[in-house]
Amino acid sequence: MNTLVRETLRRIGLATFVSAVLGFFALPLLWLAFTPFDSSPGIAASLPDFTLHNFKILMDNPYALESLRNSVLLAAGTALLVVVCAALAAYALSRVRVPGRDALLYVLLLLSSIITGTAAMVPIFLLAFNLHLIDSRLGVILVLTGGLLPAAIFLLKDFTDSTPTSYEEAARVFGASPLQILRHVVVPVIRPGLATVGVWTVAQVWGDFLMPFLLLRNPDKAPASVIMYTFYTEGGQPDLPLISTFSLLYSLPVVVMYLFVSRRYGFRFHGGIKR
Amino acid sequence: MAPLTSPPSEAARRGGTAAASAGGDAAGLGRGRAAAFVAPALVLIAVFLVFPALWTLYLGTTDYRLTGIAASEPKFVGARNYGDVLGDGDFHRSLWLTLQFVLGSAVIGQTLLGFAIAWVMRDRTGFVRRVVEALVLLAWILPGSVIAFLWIALLDRDGGTLNALLGTPGTAWLIDHPMACVIVFNVWHGTAFSMMLYGAALGNVPPSHLETARLAGASTLQTLRDAVFPRIRGHVLTSLLLISLWTFNDFTPFLITAGGPDKRSEIMSVYVYRTALGDGRLGFGAAISLVMILINLAIALVYLRALRERGRRESREAVPA
Repeated sequence: MNTLVRETLRRIGLATFVSAVLGFFALPLLWLAFTPFDSSPGIAASLPDFTLHNFKILMDNPYALESLRNSVLLAAGTALLVVVCAALAAYALSRVRVPGRDALLYVLLLLSSIITGTAAMVPIFLLAFNLHLIDSRLGVILVLTGGLLPAAIFLLKDFTDSTPTSYEEAARVFGASPLQILRHVVVPVIRPGLATVGVWTVAQVWGDFLMPFLLLRNPDKAPASVIMYTFYTEGGQPDLPLISTFSLLYSLPVVVMYLFVSRRYGFRFHGGIKR
Repeated sequence: MAPLTSPPSEAARRGGTAAASAGGDAAGLGRGRAAAFVAPALVLIAVFLVFPALWTLYLGTTDYRLTGIAASEPKFVGARNYGDVLGDGDFHRSLWLTLQFVLGSAVIGQTLLGFAIAWVMRDRTGFVRRVVEALVLLAWILPGSVIAFLWIALLDRDGGTLNALLGTPGTAWLIDHPMACVIVFNVWHGTAFSMMLYGAALGNVPPSHLETARLAGASTLQTLRDAVFPRIRGHVLTSLLLISLWTFNDFTPFLITAGGPDKRSEIMSVYVYRTALGDGRLGFGAAISLVMILINLAIALVYLRALRERGRRESREAVPA
């Protein structure tokens, strides 16, 4: 009898905890789910009186779609630069024995985790200023690339280390040049690693606020993260139809990317790949 | 980060016999080409990561400003900025708020909630588990400026969902309790990492141990203390340090409160932004930057040490098994 009571209490406690967790995490998200489709969007989340009119307001805003294009440019540019530079470096470091290689990687990884955009915002701003990279998308791309490269090299070197060298040796026996080997043998073999690093970089840049906020002046160049912030901080009453639809549109790629990665590679835990 | 636990050079030596037979160079790259491959990455890292950090040392000793005479010809002022920072009342408050933020939201909030969710969900499958995990992950992956507005809307004084739900119209949460709001927000935002990490760690606890504890009539707390904690101890310390580092460097609270009202939620990352770019005192801001980098360095060094210890302990435990 006693155990029955205890078991019942335990189940009630568990159910309460799970409901509380569900409520806590769902509550802020309700607004994002309902408001974009509400014919009279308010600040409180409520079941919508369905309409798609809000999306028309979004299309009419001159900055909204432009900023998403800027986000794509920044994310794609950074991902391209990170993947190419990291792949070259990781491959060379994996296959050619260089003295002090492991210490070098170790120090780079340590530096990238302590010299964050937040801690180093003053020198990074002044560096961009002196290199005339203020208000330049290239400047944002270069700064972000510098911060993401150490982790990307580390990941890709790990990946390359675990692929056998026999393909490359076989190709060499048949007289392929090193660059041919790289293009036709190595890249296909490490392609999943390249894709992982690419997606990871895009996810990092897509949500990043600080660097574009710091380094870009012209609102025409600002990515979605910064434009979103200006939508609700500048100019009186926040334009809720615009903010809600823009939030949804800006968030969708992240969710799609996440679903793609978890479906494709299975969701496995890689200690601390985010950020 | 797992590779850091075992010396990579040894692994390479063991697995790299094929590479060694080709002179450690399977594709016939040669030292010259190898250097050319590594160079672009190293140049970018040197210019945009290492140089700014070193430059901070110099900038912090100047009276560099954003505008005016000191903008074009900064003067050397020695250690004065550092003295000013360490004596600044705003700095002390910011340090204290940052401590509350890191301890409250990351060390206590995210870790306890993340572990609790992982523990409750450990032997569940199906709908409820999928929904809980999806919501927690969504809070983690959505862009910072979007979730910041979601919380501003939730906590809004006049029409916010929270006030409607609690029946407390007119309560200005962000003005009355800005720091508490930012802490709860960050628990919401960052719990996913702890949930996944402890979920994976709990998978390594042998089910037979839990079964034995249950048959012996152990309470949940006893089970956690005696059967679970010893198995996941290494993960707890390293994850605590990692999320502390991230939380310390988080700029998202700026998007919600911008440090206000009246600097009452001005954590370190917002403080450095306000002094350097808001007030234009770049030299002074650089001195704060250096303090932040040193704090990061301290956390990172303890982290690496903890990883090494864990690697050593795990390899020691693996030998008799």
